[in-house]
Amino acid sequence: MIRARGLTCGYGGRPVLHGVDLRLAPGEFAALLGPNGSGKTTLLSALAGLVRPMDGAVELGDRDISGLSARERARLVSCVPQSASAPAGFTVRELVLMGRFAHTGLLGGYGPQDEEAALAALVDAGCAELAQRQAAELSGGEWQRVLLARALCQGRNALLLDEATSALDLARRVEAFDLLSRVNAGGGTILVAVHDLNLAALYCPRLIFLKGGRVVLDGPARDVFTEANLKDIYATDIRVAPHPVTGAPQAHLVPGAGPAAHTAG
Amino acid sequence: MAGQGGDMCAARRSTVRAVLAVSALFLCLAITVALACGAGSFPAPPGEVLRALAQAAGIPWGEPVDPALAVVVVDIRLARVLLAGLAGASLAVAGAAFQGVLRNPLADSFTLGVSGGAAFGASLAILSGIAGEAALAGEARVLPACALAGALAALALVLGLARAGGGPLSSLRRETVVLAGIVVSTFLSALISLLKSLDEESVASIVFWIMGSFQGRGFEHAQLAWPYMLVGAALVFWRARQLDLLALGEIQARMLGLDAGRARLWLLLGASLLSGAAVAVSGVIGFVGLVVPHLVRLMLGAGHARLLPASALLGALLLIWADVVARSILPGGAEMPVGVVTALMGGPFFCLILARRGLSRGRDA
Repeated sequence: MIRARGLTCGYGGRPVLHGVDLRLAPGEFAALLGPNGSGKTTLLSALAGLVRPMDGAVELGDRDISGLSARERARLVSCVPQSASAPAGFTVRELVLMGRFAHTGLLGGYGPQDEEAALAALVDAGCAELAQRQAAELSGGEWQRVLLARALCQGRNALLLDEATSALDLARRVEAFDLLSRVNAGGGTILVAVHDLNLAALYCPRLIFLKGGRVVLDGPARDVFTEANLKDIYATDIRVAPHPVTGAPQAHLVPGAGPAAHTAG
Repeated sequence: MAGQGGDMCAARRSTVRAVLAVSALFLCLAITVALACGAGSFPAPPGEVLRALAQAAGIPWGEPVDPALAVVVVDIRLARVLLAGLAGASLAVAGAAFQGVLRNPLADSFTLGVSGGAAFGASLAILSGIAGEAALAGEARVLPACALAGALAALALVLGLARAGGGPLSSLRRETVVLAGIVVSTFLSALISLLKSLDEESVASIVFWIMGSFQGRGFEHAQLAWPYMLVGAALVFWRARQLDLLALGEIQARMLGLDAGRARLWLLLGASLLSGAAVAVSGVIGFVGLVVPHLVRLMLGAGHARLLPASALLGALLLIWADVVARSILPGGAEMPVGVVTALMGGPFFCLILARRGLSRGRDA
């Protein structure tokens, strides 16, 4: 279980999140949505224990995250960061293996079981063929799949992903979300921040909308994914129609209906 | 490069390559020690040198060698080679650690002003008399400790200057750090010169502190430095995998479970111990810590579990040879400071890295 209680946090004394209350039950698969600057990355960072709350608390399981060591925390939640550059001089295999850091002893190195976990993660993330490549030479899409593999290697109990599929082409994006669905089916709790509303509505049973650092909507797609709600949050004209295959609600943009046109009437 | 099925196999191959490279370096080091003990103005044929070394190690091999030759080969040259090797290994490992912690390819004990701080700390200890009479010969027990204090103070000053705008250590601009390091180094060199002019007698020659030298150094100096070097090396080697994580940057390192702040502090302390101990017995020798880790990365990649031991071996090799050059290249048995040799090699190398890395775009925070 991941839980935020009255969570207020930000940077340099300026709050970005304002009293967010959120509870993710074990095995939930939720999307974090909202316009730019709504606080998605900050919320994920706080849930991962990377940003200290100014007020309120984050709990992992039944423990307050501030009472956990960095290692304990990393064994409970895995993260895929939004934008990260690949360091020079490391192979993909070495980088994915770093996901096991929190699982190794303080003295010993990475053992055979760590190697196996890394290989399994690479296979699951569909990038086993990249294992011996230099990480710094990968394309943006390949690198995102490697980061996903590293998070899987780190642990599959709880995954926090921040725009983890933005550089992937369509086929890879579907592949990545299919993978997340499988991880979720295996019991993993997943919270994924995405800009792609339709992808979220297609895959995630629960949608959480942030705006101005507050949770403004939270519920299953069929309840919250409505034209009125989306127009309100994104300040543009949006039409919703059912997906031709699954029937999930899908958003469609209307040309010439930016924020200015919206406020004008 | 590798097919899908061969991942484990390829992983093993790269391990084998690292083991081979380290073994090759070990072999080169052994040959280097023998050759370096033979090099110099006193003629010593290779066979005699080997016999002298073996007999000094207690191995009865052949007829006893000429006692004069044994003294030259073992007490003078071997002692010096040993010290150069220790200092080279320490500086190279410290350089690798500084580069890793600060994510700065231009960082090393010299460019960060750490060596200058250590030299100032040691010379201040000698002048102020707190190191006692033995310090005049550079043999005081507290000398490396004073060098360490100076190294840490200089490091704190340099990082404080570079960080004046705030932000985490890992996201400092590399040029800013080096600029601050040069400012502090220059200032400290001036202070050492001042100390020297205050008391001509006690502080060893300025050239020793600023350009480094192994002239007249013996086993007692190696004995003085090695405990500090051992502790420093233990601190750094123990955190090899943490250095790998730090290469990813602050945020990712913490995501993966590293207490990045604490890891950086211990690593900086370890690297400062290594530099301080090296400087206390051999003066400021620049560029070894800069060049060696880069060369090793080209051979073995950036993983620190390989980078650190290979850097130690290559650093020892490089500085032993630099010392051989320093003591044998000038005619008439005159010596030049070993730091001159390393600077002549390292200066152009530094420019090369600066040009190549300076053109590529900056990194993320």
